[in-house]
Amino acid sequence: MKKIGKQTFSIKDNVFIRDTYTIVGKKEGQGPLGNKFHMIVEDDLWGEDSWEKSELKFQQTAVEKLMEVNQLKKNQIDLMISGDLLNQITSSSFAARALQLPYIGVYGACSTMALTMGLGSLLIDGGFAENIICVTSSHFCSAERQYRLPLEMGGQRHMSSQWTVTGSAAVWLSKNGSGPRVKNVTFGKITDLGVKDANNMGAAMAPAAYDTLSQHIKDTGIDYDLIVTGDLGTVGKGIVNKMFKEDNNSIEKKYDDCGTIIFDIEKQDVHSGGSGCGCSATVFGAFLYRKLLDGDIKKLLFTSTGALHSPTATLQGESIPGIAHSVGIEI
Amino acid sequence: MNYIMSFVVGGIICVIGQIIIDTFKKNNAYLLVLMVVTGAALGYFGIYDKLVEIGYSGATVPLLGFGNTLAKGAMEEAASKGFMGALSGGVIKTAPGVAAALMFGYIVAVVFNPKSNK
Amino acid sequence: MKYDKDSYKQVVDEFTPKNKMLKNCFYAFIFGGAICLLGEIFKNIFISGLGAAEEDAGPMASVALVGLSALLTGLGWYDKLGKFGGAGTVVPITGFANSVVSPALEFKREGYILGTASNIFKLAGPVLVFGYLAAFIAGLLKLITG
Repeated sequence: MKKIGKQTFSIKDNVFIRDTYTIVGKKEGQGPLGNKFHMIVEDDLWGEDSWEKSELKFQQTAVEKLMEVNQLKKNQIDLMISGDLLNQITSSSFAARALQLPYIGVYGACSTMALTMGLGSLLIDGGFAENIICVTSSHFCSAERQYRLPLEMGGQRHMSSQWTVTGSAAVWLSKNGSGPRVKNVTFGKITDLGVKDANNMGAAMAPAAYDTLSQHIKDTGIDYDLIVTGDLGTVGKGIVNKMFKEDNNSIEKKYDDCGTIIFDIEKQDVHSGGSGCGCSATVFGAFLYRKLLDGDIKKLLFTSTGALHSPTATLQGESIPGIAHSVGIEI
Repeated sequence: MNYIMSFVVGGIICVIGQIIIDTFKKNNAYLLVLMVVTGAALGYFGIYDKLVEIGYSGATVPLLGFGNTLAKGAMEEAASKGFMGALSGGVIKTAPGVAAALMFGYIVAVVFNPKSNK
Repeated sequence: MKYDKDSYKQVVDEFTPKNKMLKNCFYAFIFGGAICLLGEIFKNIFISGLGAAEEDAGPMASVALVGLSALLTGLGWYDKLGKFGGAGTVVPITGFANSVVSPALEFKREGYILGTASNIFKLAGPVLVFGYLAAFIAGLLKLITG
C-alpha cells in the first residue's frame, strides 16, 4: 500500500515538477507578482470575440508555451489533465480539442490545480505515464457572467467577496529529471458548515482547508517550511489560522494564501482577495515553484481550495460545499 | 426649490435602499421588487402622491414612483373601464419607460460590446 | 470537525468584514439625489423649452433618463458609477434601465434572439412581474371598494 495514515497517498517513485508556464491578465500583472509571470495579456479578450474563447486561449497557449520552452513533442505527453470553472468545463475541453493530447477533464472549482497535480502524480507513480501536463484556467469576465451578474450591471461588491483571477498555469510532471518532487498527496473530503453566502467563498472553503491540511500533517508528520492554501482570501485565511491556533498548533508564521499573495488587497480593490482556478495555479507556477527552485523553501505544502458552488443549488437553498486537496512537494 | 427637494427626497429614498442592501446582503432584484411593490401599496392608499408634492422628481424617479404610477394607472382605468381597466391601466401608464428600456437596451446591445471592468 | 453549523456561523461573522454602511449611504444619497435632480432638470427643460404639458413631461424625463443610462451602460461607465453610488444608482429608474441593458449587452455573443432578446428581462423581469401584479391588485381593489 502506498497509502499512509487515513487519507494520504505517498508517492514512492520519482515524480518531478519539471517546469511551469503561467499567463495572466492585466490586473494580475499589476499585482505584487507582476514581474514573475511568464506572460501578461493586456487585453482581456485577447483578440477573441468572447470571454469564454479568450479563456480557452489562455489555457491552450499555456500548454503550447510550456511544450515549446521545454521542446516537448506531442507524442511525449501521455496525458493532459485539466479543469476550469465554466459549465461543462468548456475551456478545458476546447483547449484539449485544439491540442490533440489524451485528455482527462476534472472539475474541482478553485481546487483544480492541486487536484490535477495530485492525480497526475499518482498516475506517474503507478507507472502508467511518464509525462503529464496539468493545467487550469479561470477568467474574471466569464466567471462573473456565469456565477454572478452581467459585467455592465452597476452595484457594489460585498467586502467579503473575492476577485476571480484571469489566468492559466500549466505544470509539467515527469518521471525523469530533477527538481522539486511531489511526495505526498491528500485528497480532501467535502466539508460544508452551512455557509450560504455566495459573496463569502473564503468562509465556505476554510473548514475544508483546515480539514485537509490537518489530516495531511497528521498522516505525514512532515514539518513544512511553507503551507499555502489556494484562494481563501483574507476571511478564510483568518479562519484557518484561528482553527489551527485552537489546536495549539499555530501555523501562522509559515502559512499564506494565494488569494492574498496575487493581489495587493489594499490598492487593487479586490476586497477579500483573489479566487478562481487560475489563482492558486498561477501563484504556484510563477512564485512558489520558483521559491522551491531557488532553495528559499525546501518543503512546500500546496493546498488548493474549492467552493463547489452552483447558482442553481444556492437558489434552491443549498449551502456551499467546500473541498481542499493537498500536494506535499519537496526538493 | 424643486431642485433641492428632488435631490434630498431622491437621496433619502436611495439611502433607505442602501441600508436594505447592506443589511440583508441579498441580490439587488429583491430590493427592486420590494421598492416597486411598496410604491404600488403607497400609491393605492394615496400616500405617495403627498411625497411627490414634496419631492417632485425625487419621488417619481426612484422605483417607488414606478410602483406608484403603476397602481394609480390601474386604479384610474379601473374606475372608468372596469375589470379591463384594472388589467391594463398600470401597463399603459408605465409603457413609455419600459418600452424605452427595451428599445434602448436592444440598440445598445447591437452597437456596443461588453467590456471588462478592470 | 470541531465546529457545527451554529458555532461556525459565529466564527464567520467574526471574520467577515462589514460593508461600510455609513460611507455607502453617503454616496447613495449623493448619486441618488443627483440622478433625481437630473430628472427634475429634464422635466423643466421639456416644459419650458419644448412646451410639453406638465403631465407629459414626467414620462418624457423618465425616457430621457432611461436613454442616458442605456448609453452609459453601453460605454461601460454605469457599472463604474454603481461601484460608488450603490443603491443611489440602483433605485432610480436609471438602475432599472441598467438592469435591462446589461444582460442584453452581455448575452449578445449568444445571438440577438436567443442571447440578447431572451435575456433582456433576466434581471428586470421580477420588477415588471411584481409591479404589474401589484398594479392589477390595486385596480381590482379599487373596483371592489369603488
